[in-house]
Amino acid sequence: MRIVDRRLNPGGKSFSNRQRFLRRVRDTVERAVREASRERAIEDLENAQEVTVPADGAREPMFRHTRGERRDYILPGNREYIEGDLIDRPTGEGGGGGSEPGRGNGQEDAFRFVLTREEFLSIFLDDLELPDFAKRGLVDAQKLGSRRAGYSTSGTPANLALGRTMRMSLARRIAMGRPPRATVEQLEEEIAGAKESDSLDVMDERLRAVRARRMRIPFLDPVDLRYRHFERFPKPVAQAVMFCLMDVSGSMTEHMKDLAKRFFMLLHVFLTRRYERVEIVFIRHTDEAQEVDEETFFRSTETGGTIVSSALAEMDRIITDRFDPANWNIYGAQASDGDNMMSDNQRTRELLQDKILPLCQYFAYLEVANSHEGSPLSYVGGSSLWNAYAPLATSERNFQMRRVSRREHIYPVFRELFQRREGARAEPAT
Amino acid sequence: MSDALLFTGKDWSFETLQHIHDAVEVVGKGELGLDTFPNQIEVITAEQMLDAYSSTGMPLLYRHWSFGKRFAQYEGVYRAGLQGLAYEIVINANPCISYVMEENSATMQALVIAHAAFGHNHFFKNNYQFRQWTDASGILDYLAYAKNYIAACEERYGELEVERLLDSAHALAPQGVDRYPRKRPISLSDEERRDRDRREEHERLYDDLWRTVPRGAEKTKKSIDHQRALLRLPQENVLYFLEKTAPRLQPWQREVLRIVRLIAQYFYPQQQTKVMNEGCATYCHYRIMNRLHEKGQISDGSFLEFIHSHSNAIRQPTAHDPSYSGVNPYALGFDMMCDIARIVREPTEEDRLWFPEIAGRKDEMAVLKEVWANYRDDSFIAQFLSPHLMRKWRLFHIVDEEDAPKLKVEKIHNERGYHDLRRGLAAEYEVGRHAPDIQVVDVDLAGSRKLVLHHRVFSGKLLDVVDAALVLRHLTLLWGYDVLLEEVDATTNEVLKAHLASPDQ
Repeated sequence: MRIVDRRLNPGGKSFSNRQRFLRRVRDTVERAVREASRERAIEDLENAQEVTVPADGAREPMFRHTRGERRDYILPGNREYIEGDLIDRPTGEGGGGGSEPGRGNGQEDAFRFVLTREEFLSIFLDDLELPDFAKRGLVDAQKLGSRRAGYSTSGTPANLALGRTMRMSLARRIAMGRPPRATVEQLEEEIAGAKESDSLDVMDERLRAVRARRMRIPFLDPVDLRYRHFERFPKPVAQAVMFCLMDVSGSMTEHMKDLAKRFFMLLHVFLTRRYERVEIVFIRHTDEAQEVDEETFFRSTETGGTIVSSALAEMDRIITDRFDPANWNIYGAQASDGDNMMSDNQRTRELLQDKILPLCQYFAYLEVANSHEGSPLSYVGGSSLWNAYAPLATSERNFQMRRVSRREHIYPVFRELFQRREGARAEPAT
Repeated sequence: MSDALLFTGKDWSFETLQHIHDAVEVVGKGELGLDTFPNQIEVITAEQMLDAYSSTGMPLLYRHWSFGKRFAQYEGVYRAGLQGLAYEIVINANPCISYVMEENSATMQALVIAHAAFGHNHFFKNNYQFRQWTDASGILDYLAYAKNYIAACEERYGELEVERLLDSAHALAPQGVDRYPRKRPISLSDEERRDRDRREEHERLYDDLWRTVPRGAEKTKKSIDHQRALLRLPQENVLYFLEKTAPRLQPWQREVLRIVRLIAQYFYPQQQTKVMNEGCATYCHYRIMNRLHEKGQISDGSFLEFIHSHSNAIRQPTAHDPSYSGVNPYALGFDMMCDIARIVREPTEEDRLWFPEIAGRKDEMAVLKEVWANYRDDSFIAQFLSPHLMRKWRLFHIVDEEDAPKLKVEKIHNERGYHDLRRGLAAEYEVGRHAPDIQVVDVDLAGSRKLVLHHRVFSGKLLDVVDAALVLRHLTLLWGYDVLLEEVDATTNEVLKAHLASPDQ
């Protein structure tokens, strides 16, 4: 008998089969993922997701019988029947005596399974790309690092691997049969101590041969040399900062904040996938702006006037203080109901155009509305902020604006804003 | 024999496993006289058990999305806590491989070793179905070969191409087994070695079959007969037929069909001996665990733990129970084995009448071993289901006629019903119940190359239309030309229904 411990074998033997299966049911899974992003709490968005795949999603057809005209069942547990009794058909599936005995027309049921976080996100973010009009490509934002990668036969003297070289040398000397120094010394001693009568010639001859062999097979040969090898590898230093700007004045309802939150969350998930390090800065504003933590950002409501420019000014200040645009990829997302003081619109636009946009990879403005305000398509009038920003959407490459009134529109809008583009810039939907 | 405890508490070590195995072997081989392949016990994690589960229990198998689907299903059920994992998987191989999970308690390991490494192992080695159809020493090598071969095909012809082919082959896998032995028993390792020779042979045959150069009328007629003979029709093994004669398949595609077919064939005996195989293993573990307890090698506590698992495994809800989902093969198998032992030891008058050959023979292991070697589920039940057991199970026979307003109780467990009940239950395990009886009957050799299949229909059980259409589509993909499937009444030979499928060009 043999006992084998297989526990250390790599698990996940099914991984590749699972990938194939996911590819197979991709459409279904995509739909489910979209549902999930709509229905679930934002905090859960990055957690594993349960997905239901309907039977047809991955059907494995096989010839099978229908029930036929007459069915015979041999069943256990007769209670009171005797031969010839007529009994009612059981109602409902699988209940009561004489029901379908669990075989035969085995239609597959839909089944549920859990997507891993990685699987979920990769489907969730599939096709999403950094907008190609970003001013710094990711490639440029990488440095080369170097790391040990074995030995090579060439290199600089400083990298000579002495131990390895000596090992090679020793191996070669043994293989080629280089006589050790001890042999030479021994021979020399023998010659010195030998008498005339001994066969000195022969011994001399041997000594010469040994010395010649030692000459021919050097102690250290160029082929023995080994150098420590270093390999260059791209070292991502990409880091990004995301500015979340939100209007928290009294006119922002919980619904609007929820919309905004969902949008920021998507942006965050998206950025964490693209960059090693993503910082988030939350700035809320009424008539004055303030950097706050996430909790305060989304939960508290203030009252007061609305001066949007204050938030942009704050963002500009923070960038100057902490995020050098040379090292950081900067993203901004602004959510507002579009209500701004008329007198501030001009200043806001200038601030965005002259200060913020040149520093940003991308800046998205999301106008949130109450759900009864209909679809984004039916929106015609335009809020004061919307109208102020509108010219920028056509003139600036890294600025987009959208209006959203319902949760389920967040994801499509987000996709629109970040989808892979073929160079051409999509027209903003106004 | 030592009366020291093999283990205390739940924990086990490799040393414990070895002791357990040795103690079980003393009882299983020494006292019960089981005849087994050498054992190999592999310890795996729950996740690996899920892996093994989803690839039909085999340690290595080629890749296909359907195994991923199965994994997702099992995992879902397992995570939801709806169902524990099987404690063991055992592979019909030489040496016989039993997987045990690291999470199992020491008692469970003993149970698994007694059940799988001795019970199932004995059954695999001795039952005629397995001896005839499976090559225990070749299977692991063959699976490794199949896995590599299919991976190589994926590399060469693309994953999607191979996936499509496997989809089609899987759809026909139930029609890819030989139900009756041919002249020569197959040896998987031989198959693998002679693969190339065979392929060259097909190519010669293929040329001859599909020659399009016109010949004289007389000659054509004669050669069509000859060709038909070459096709060896009718042929119940559809995959075999396609592999040998489908005109459009590439050699590698034929080999993939062959792999799917041989693996299906390997599993075929398992479907036919579920009740017997589980019955044998359960009976063996029950005897062995009892004996170990008797000898003082396992404690009362762990014996109780064993009894608990054992009773769960052989639970049989009655048909009135909402949890009823058919006859539990563990329960039926175990009860029948115990019943046979009872008949051999202490027969009643009734038993002597029903089972004159075995009643009172005194040596129950000798009788059981004969039974295990020579029957499969349907013949086993038809032969050995006793009136005593039918009464114990309170079996009854229900007839459900399509037009009748009510169900009819045809027979119950009494003198008049025994034969009917026994025949009826045995019939549920007949080969025809697993897969519809479908045969290739003709090919239009002179003209359209249309393939004609017959489905023999019993008691009006036609094919499910939706599935049939999907499978036929796969069939046309493999065959390359029109396929006609006729459903023929088994008694009157009347064509009840016809399905025609054309390959989409």
